[in-house]
Amino acid sequence: MMASSYNAKEDGHVTVPGGGTIQNKKPDNTAFKQQRLPAWQPILTAGTVLPAFFVIGLIFIPIGIGLYVTSNNIKEFEIDYTGTDMSSPCFNCSQSFSWNSTRPCTCALPFSLEQPFESNVFMYYGLSNFYQNHRRYVKSRDDSQLNGDTTSLMNPSKECEPYARNEKMPIAPCGAIANSMFNDTLDLYYIDPNGTRIQIPLMKKGIAWWTDKHVKFRNPGGNPNLTSAFQGTTKPINWRKPVYELDTDAENNGFINEDFIVWMRTAALPTFRKLYRIIQKKNNMTPTLPRGNYTLEVTYNYPVRSFEGRKRVILSTISWMGGKNPFLGIAYITVGSVCFFLGVVLLIIHHKYGSRNNTADIPN
Amino acid sequence: MYIFTQRPGPSLIATVTTDVSCSNIHTHTPRPHCDWCAGEEYWVDSRTVYIGHKEPPPAAEAYIPQRYPDNRIVSSKYTLWNFIPKNLFEQFRRIANFYFLLIFLVQLIIDTPTSPVTSGLPLFFVITVTAIKQGYEDWLRHKADCSINECPVDMVQQGTVVRTQSSKLRVGDVVMVREDETFPCDLILLSSSRGDGTCYVTTTSLDGESSHKTYYAVPDTMAFKTEQEVDSLHATIECEQPQPDLYKFVGRINIYKEREDPIARPLGAENLLLRGATLKNTGHIYAVAIYTGMDTKMALNYQSKSQKRSAVEKSMNAFLIVYLCILISKAVINTVLKYAWQWSADRDEPWYNHRTEIDRERHVVIRAFTDFLAFMVLFNYIIPVSMYVTVEMQKFLGSYFIAWDKDMYDEELGVGAQVNTSDLNEELGQVEYVFTDKTGTLTENNMEFIECCVDGHVYIPHAICNGQILSAASSIDMIDSSPGGYRRHEDLFFRALCLCHTVQAKEEETVDSIKRGIHLGKPTSFYISSSPDEVALVEGMKRLGYTYLRLKDSHMEILNKDDEIERFELLHVLNFDSVRRRMSVIVKSSSGNTHSYKQHLIHIIMDRNSEIQMYTIKPRADTSIFPRVVSGKVEQVRARVEQNAVEGLRTLCVAYRSLSPAEYEEACHQLSDAKLALKDREQRLAQAYDLIERDFTLLGATAVEDRLQEKAADTIESLQKAGMKVWVLTGDKMETAAATCYASKLFRRSTQILELTKKRTEEQSLHDVLFDLSRTVLRQRSLSGLSVECQDYGLIIDGATLSAVLKPSPESSGSGNYREIFLEICRNCSAVLCCRMAPLQKAQIVKLIKASKEHPITLAIGDGANDVSMILEAHVGIGIMGKEGRQAARNSDYAIPKFKHLKKMLLVHGHFYYIRIAELVQYFFYKNVCFIFPQFLYQFFCGFSQQPLYDTAYLTLYNISFTSLPILLYSLIEKHISIEMLKRDPTLFEPIILFLDVAKNALLRWPVFLYWTCLGLFNACIFFFGAYFLFDNTTFTSNGQMFGNWTFGTLVFTVLVFTVTLKLALDTHHWTWINHFVIWGSLLFYVIFSLLWGGIIWPFLNYQRMYYVFMQMLSSGPAWLGIILLIAISLLPDVVKKVLCRTLWPTATERAQVGRTELCTDPYDMGLCIIMLKHEVMAADECHNNGPQDLVTVSLCIQIAIDKMQLCSLSVAYACLYHSPTATIGHSVYNVDIRKSLTHMTPYLGLISEDFSSMPVAIEVEHLPTEVG
Repeated sequence: MMASSYNAKEDGHVTVPGGGTIQNKKPDNTAFKQQRLPAWQPILTAGTVLPAFFVIGLIFIPIGIGLYVTSNNIKEFEIDYTGTDMSSPCFNCSQSFSWNSTRPCTCALPFSLEQPFESNVFMYYGLSNFYQNHRRYVKSRDDSQLNGDTTSLMNPSKECEPYARNEKMPIAPCGAIANSMFNDTLDLYYIDPNGTRIQIPLMKKGIAWWTDKHVKFRNPGGNPNLTSAFQGTTKPINWRKPVYELDTDAENNGFINEDFIVWMRTAALPTFRKLYRIIQKKNNMTPTLPRGNYTLEVTYNYPVRSFEGRKRVILSTISWMGGKNPFLGIAYITVGSVCFFLGVVLLIIHHKYGSRNNTADIPN
Repeated sequence: MYIFTQRPGPSLIATVTTDVSCSNIHTHTPRPHCDWCAGEEYWVDSRTVYIGHKEPPPAAEAYIPQRYPDNRIVSSKYTLWNFIPKNLFEQFRRIANFYFLLIFLVQLIIDTPTSPVTSGLPLFFVITVTAIKQGYEDWLRHKADCSINECPVDMVQQGTVVRTQSSKLRVGDVVMVREDETFPCDLILLSSSRGDGTCYVTTTSLDGESSHKTYYAVPDTMAFKTEQEVDSLHATIECEQPQPDLYKFVGRINIYKEREDPIARPLGAENLLLRGATLKNTGHIYAVAIYTGMDTKMALNYQSKSQKRSAVEKSMNAFLIVYLCILISKAVINTVLKYAWQWSADRDEPWYNHRTEIDRERHVVIRAFTDFLAFMVLFNYIIPVSMYVTVEMQKFLGSYFIAWDKDMYDEELGVGAQVNTSDLNEELGQVEYVFTDKTGTLTENNMEFIECCVDGHVYIPHAICNGQILSAASSIDMIDSSPGGYRRHEDLFFRALCLCHTVQAKEEETVDSIKRGIHLGKPTSFYISSSPDEVALVEGMKRLGYTYLRLKDSHMEILNKDDEIERFELLHVLNFDSVRRRMSVIVKSSSGNTHSYKQHLIHIIMDRNSEIQMYTIKPRADTSIFPRVVSGKVEQVRARVEQNAVEGLRTLCVAYRSLSPAEYEEACHQLSDAKLALKDREQRLAQAYDLIERDFTLLGATAVEDRLQEKAADTIESLQKAGMKVWVLTGDKMETAAATCYASKLFRRSTQILELTKKRTEEQSLHDVLFDLSRTVLRQRSLSGLSVECQDYGLIIDGATLSAVLKPSPESSGSGNYREIFLEICRNCSAVLCCRMAPLQKAQIVKLIKASKEHPITLAIGDGANDVSMILEAHVGIGIMGKEGRQAARNSDYAIPKFKHLKKMLLVHGHFYYIRIAELVQYFFYKNVCFIFPQFLYQFFCGFSQQPLYDTAYLTLYNISFTSLPILLYSLIEKHISIEMLKRDPTLFEPIILFLDVAKNALLRWPVFLYWTCLGLFNACIFFFGAYFLFDNTTFTSNGQMFGNWTFGTLVFTVLVFTVTLKLALDTHHWTWINHFVIWGSLLFYVIFSLLWGGIIWPFLNYQRMYYVFMQMLSSGPAWLGIILLIAISLLPDVVKKVLCRTLWPTATERAQVGRTELCTDPYDMGLCIIMLKHEVMAADECHNNGPQDLVTVSLCIQIAIDKMQLCSLSVAYACLYHSPTATIGHSVYNVDIRKSLTHMTPYLGLISEDFSSMPVAIEVEHLPTEVG
C-alpha cells in the first residue's frame, strides 16, 4: 500500500530483494541459492604443479629444438639496394630521383649465392623506416571502393583525404596507401658459369591472400573492360600508370592486381617485407636457385631517401613454419628449460617444506 | 531520541486553573485568555488548520487561508516528459559516467584513433540499462502512487458524507474512516464510534509493531456522533510544521462556541493518527486532516538515508585515481615523444603520408592538444565503464545470496535476512568492532516473571508457565513467610503492578485456536503490549491473583484475589522515558472501599534497561528511585534487587505516594500546564514529573527474566575468535548487564573486570581512575613476556562516566587526553560493556571508535528504536527483526531475524564478499593494464600516431563480453574456502588467522595492488614483444604470404584474452559447472566471434580490415605455437609465485584450504605423520571423549605443526589451550601475545610429558618464542 516502499534511493544505490518488505517465503533449499553447488576445488600446491612443470618442460624443449632446427635450415639471402652508398650501383638512381622523370632509371646489383636454394623460393622486397602503420596512413583507404562499389569509386571516402581527389576527379584507388604503392621492378638473372644471363621466371600470382584477391578486392562493375569501368576517375598522384594498366593479364589487373593487394595490407611495424614474387621449383633434380652468381636488375622508381628508408630484396625458402625466425625456437627451449628447472626447485621445496601440501582436488 | 529544541521568543503563557471536579485526564483552560494567547504567541513553525475550512469568529484572529500541498503522494521521481533529461542529468552527475561522456564527446569532436562507437556503445548500454531500471522502478512507484491517490475516502461536507479520491483531500477536511481502513493522511482524531473517544490503531506498516495502540479524541469533540454534529464543529488546530519523527507531535485545538470563549486543548502524539496506520476494533472515526501528501510523517520518513560507503569502494577510488594518473601521464609522455620524434618534417609528413590542408593549417599547440586528447581516448579503456557495472551487478546479485540463505531464515518469524543496501556486502567481512545491544539482541526479549519482593517477602509464582493460567490461590509461595506482615503493602504492591502499565487487555478472541483468555470460566482477556516486560508483569500478577481486566471509561478494572472487581480511575499517566527511567500513574480508587475518594498516586517505579521504546510506556525505574523514597523497607528491597540483578534478572521497584486533593490539584495543574505548552513541552513535562515523583513509599521490587537468545554465547565467541572486539552497549543496569555478559561468554571467569563507573569516579577523580586503569593494563602488557599469568581484561563503563570522559575538559589542553587514555584501555580489553547508555551515547561510542587512529570498521546491531542512532552511525548497521518493532530493521543496512545469524553473516557472507570483491577490483585493473599497455608500447613503433593495436570491435567488446562474465561469476560464487570451515564451531582456531588474512582491507592494500599492476605490465610486455619478435620482419605462414598490422593486433589480443581468462581460472578455487561453462564459454565465444567478424564482408562497415585476419592467423602453425608460448610465459610467474608463497609462507587461508585430509596413521612416527590443522581439531574433539591417548595425538600434532609445518604458533598455542583440561584459560588467548600463550601451554604440555614420558613429545617451550619472534 505504501508507495514509498519502493526504495526511492539514489542512483547506483541498488534496490535489493526484500528491501523494506517482509518476505514470508522460506528460501529455497537449492544448491545454487545456498552456495553449495558441487565443485572441483583444485589447489596450486608444489605437489600438483610439479608434474605440470616437468611435462611442460618435456614438451616445450623438443618443440623448441624442432623449431630452431627448422628455422636454421631455412636459407635466406638479403640484399640492400637503396643506394645510399657511393659504391652502390643504385647510387645514381637514388640521387637523381624525381617524380616527373619519364625515363625510368635502372641499376643492376650482382650477388652470389653460396648455397643452392632448394624448393620454392620466395622473393620479398623490404622497406625500413616506412611507417605503414601510421594511423593517418592506415585509415587512408576506401574498402568499399576497393570492393568494386561504383558509388565509392566516384565518391571516395573522406578517409582518403588528401588523396581522395585530384583536380575534382576522384582518385581510384584513393588514399595514401594506394598512392604510395611500391613500384620498383625487380628482375633476377642467373649468371651461368659460362657468362650468359638467364632470366629467372618470377611468378606474380599467389602472393596475395586468396580471400583478398577473390572477395575483398573487386573491380568496379561487371565490366570486363577496365578502362571504361574506371572512366571518370584519375590515377593516384604518384602513380605512373592508371590502375587498369597495372598488368596486361585481366585476372591481375585493376584492383585485383596482386602487387597492389599485397601493398594494401599495411604492415605492422616500420621495418617490414612484402612478398614480391615466387620462384617455383622446376623439378626435383635441380635446385630452384643453384649456387652461383646472380644479378638483380632494379627499375628504380621508389624514393626512400627522403625519410631515411632502406630498400631490400630478400630471397628466402619457406618451411612449414614460415621464414627464418629463430625466436620461436629459442623461446620454446628457454621456457621449457625454465619450467624444468622450476620443477626441480619445486621438487626440492616440496620435499623440504611441502610435506603437508600433498593433497588437492577433493571434490566437495 | 528526544530533541529538545529551544527557540528564543516569548514563551507561551497559558494560565491554567484547575477545575476542582477534575475528573478527567484533561483539564479545562480558562476562557478569557486563549484567543489572545494564540494570537500573541510568536510561533514561527506552526500551521493553523481550520477544521472544515470554517473561518474562526472574527474576534479570534484574522483568517489567513494557508496553502498546503494536496494529498497526492508523489514518490516517483520522474514524469513522462522529464524522464529523459532528468534521468540523464542524474546519471551523468556520477563522476564515472561523466568521465565516459567526456571521452565520448572528445571522440566525436576530434579525429580520434578509435571510433566513437567503442566508448559510446558501452556508455549507451550502461546508461540505457540504468535508465530502464530506474524507469521501471519509477513506473512501479507511479502505479503505487496512483492506486493510493485514487483510493476512495469518505469526506464530511455540509453534514453529509461524500466519497472522494484520496488525492483530493486537503488540510482541514474532515474525513470518516471505517474499521480496517487505512488513514489517508495524518489526522487528528475528533470522535470515534466508541463512546470513550478512543480508537485502536495498528501501525504495522509504519514500524512493524503489530500491537493495537490506543488513540484519544479531545473530550470536547468526542461526543460528536453524526456527520451533522461533526460538521457543526467550529475549531482551529494549531500545530507544528510537519516533521519526520513518528512519535512526536505538538499541537493545540481551539474550539469556538457560540457566545462562549474558545476552549484550547493540547494535542499530542496520542491524538494524531498517522497516514499508513490502520483503524482496528473501532467502527468508524471522524478526524480532521492536518498533514497531507508529502507533508505526512510517513512520506517524510521515507526519504533516503545517507549512503554509506565501504572501505573497498574507497580503495577502489584510490586505485582509480592512480590509474587516472597513469592514463594522463601515458598520454603526456606519448604526446611529448611524438613531437620530439617528428621534429623533422620527413618524419612528420613523409611523401607517402601527407596531412590534409586543414590539418596542416592548424596551430601546433592545438594539434598537440588534440593529440593529447587522442591519446587519452586511445588509452581510456584502462578505466573501464564495465568495472562500475560489474561491481554494481556483483553487489546487487550478490546480496541475493544473503537473502536466500536458509541458515538465516527464522521459522518462527517466517523471515529471512533482509538486505536493505547491497553496497556494504564486503564490509561485513572487514568488521573489527561489533557493538551490540543487549535486550532483544543478545537476549530474547521474551520476559518471564520470576519473583517479586514486597517489603522483604519474596513471592514466586509456582509454575513457570507461558501463557498458562494457574489457580491464583495456589500460585503464591511465601518464601520468607512472616505471617501478617504488611498486608496493606502487599495489596498495594499487587494493585500497583496491575495499574501501572500500558498493557491492553484484548477481549477474548481466538488466537491460534487456543483460547488464552479463559480464566475461572469467565471470559477475560490476554494482554497486548509492545513492551514484553509489561505483559510479563501483568501476567505474573495474574498468577499471583490479581487480574487486570480492562480499561473502561478511564477506569481500570482489577479482579482481586477475592474475585471482586476493583475499579480505579486513571487520572494521569506519567509516561516512561529513558531519562527518568520510570513511569507513573495517578489513579483514584473508586471501588467503594474505605479509601474511596482518597487519591493515590501510585508510582510504579521500576528498573530495567532504559531503552526508550517510543510509543510504549514502560513502567520502569531504577535504583535511582531510592533517593526519591522516603519510607519503606529500603534496605531489604535494595539487597534483593541487587541480588536479582547479579543473576541477570531485570528488576523493577514499585513505590507509591498518596496525594491529598490539594496536592493532586497542584500536580494536575502542573501537568496540564506542561501538556498545553507548545514550546519546550518535554522539558516542562519533565519538570512537572519531577515535582510529582517524589516522597515515595517503597513497596517492593519485581524480577523478570530475559533469557539469552539461542546460540548468543556461541556467536559472540566465534566473533571474538575471528578477531572482532565485541562491545555490549545497553541502557540496562550494570549488574544485570554484566550478568548477561557472563552468560554470553563475553566475560569469562578468568576475565579481570575493570570498572569505570560512577561509583568509582565518585571516590576518586576521573583522572586518577583512568590513569590507574591504563597503568594496570599497560603493566600487564609490558610484563607479558615474563608473566605466567596472562590476564584478560573486561571493561565496564557507565553512561555517566562515559559522558565525563568524552566531555572536553575546561582546560582545552586536556580535552583529548581522556579520550586517548580511554581508547588505550579499551584497546587492551578483550570485552567492553557499556551500561546505562542513552541512545545517543551509543552512537557516540561508535563514533569514538570509528574516529580512533586505526579507523576500524564498526558494526552495530540492535533491535529497538533506541539502537537506530548507533545503527546509522556504524559502518555497517544490522537490525534484528525483533519484538520491539521494525524501527531498527528499517534503518539498518541488513536485517536478520536473530543475533545468531550474525555469525554466518559476518564470518561467511562477509568474508566471501570481501574476497570476491577484492579479486574483482584487482582483476579488473589487471586485465585492463594487460589490455591497454600493449597499445601504449605500440605507439613507439607507429610513430606515436595513436594507431590502435586492436580492431574497434575488440576494443569495444573486450570488457563487455570477452572478459566480463568470468569475473562477474567469480565474484558471485567463488568460495576460496568452504562454508563449514569459516563458521565452524568454536572448536576451530582457524577463524582467527583466517580473518587476519583479510583484516584491514588486506587484499586491497597498495603492495597487493602493485603486484597486480606489475603482473599486468609484465604480461602486457610479454604479449607485445612476443608478437613483435614473432613478426620480426618475416613471414610465419607456409605459403610465404605476409601478415599486416591487424593480424599483429589480433595475435596480441588473442593471447590477451586467453591469458586474462586463464589467470582468473588459476585464481578460481571453486569450480562449479557454471564456472566451467562461463570460463570456457567466453573463450569459445571469443573464437566464434572472431571467426564470424572476419568471415564476412560486413555491409554496414566502411572498412573491412578484419576480413579473414583471424582465420589466416589460425592457419599458421607458428601463430598457434606462439600463442601457447606467450600464454605460458605470462602465467608462469604468477603460478610460481603462488606455489612458492603457498609452500614457504602459507597464509592461514591456504593452510585451511589444504587442511582436509587424513590424520596420520602412526602418531609415533613423526617423520611420516602428516597432520592437517583441521585434524588436530578433530583429534582434539575426540580427545575429550577418548582420554589421554588422544591428548597425546593432539600434542603430537602441535609439536609437528610447530616443527615441520612452521605453522603460526599463535594458532597452535590456541589449539593447544583450547583443548587443555583447563579450557577456561584458553578462551581468551587469541588476542594476547603469542609468547604469553606459549607460556600458558607449559602446564598442559608438561602434564603430557610427565604422563607419557616415554614418548618423544618433549616440547621445549623455552626456545619456541625465539622461533616465533
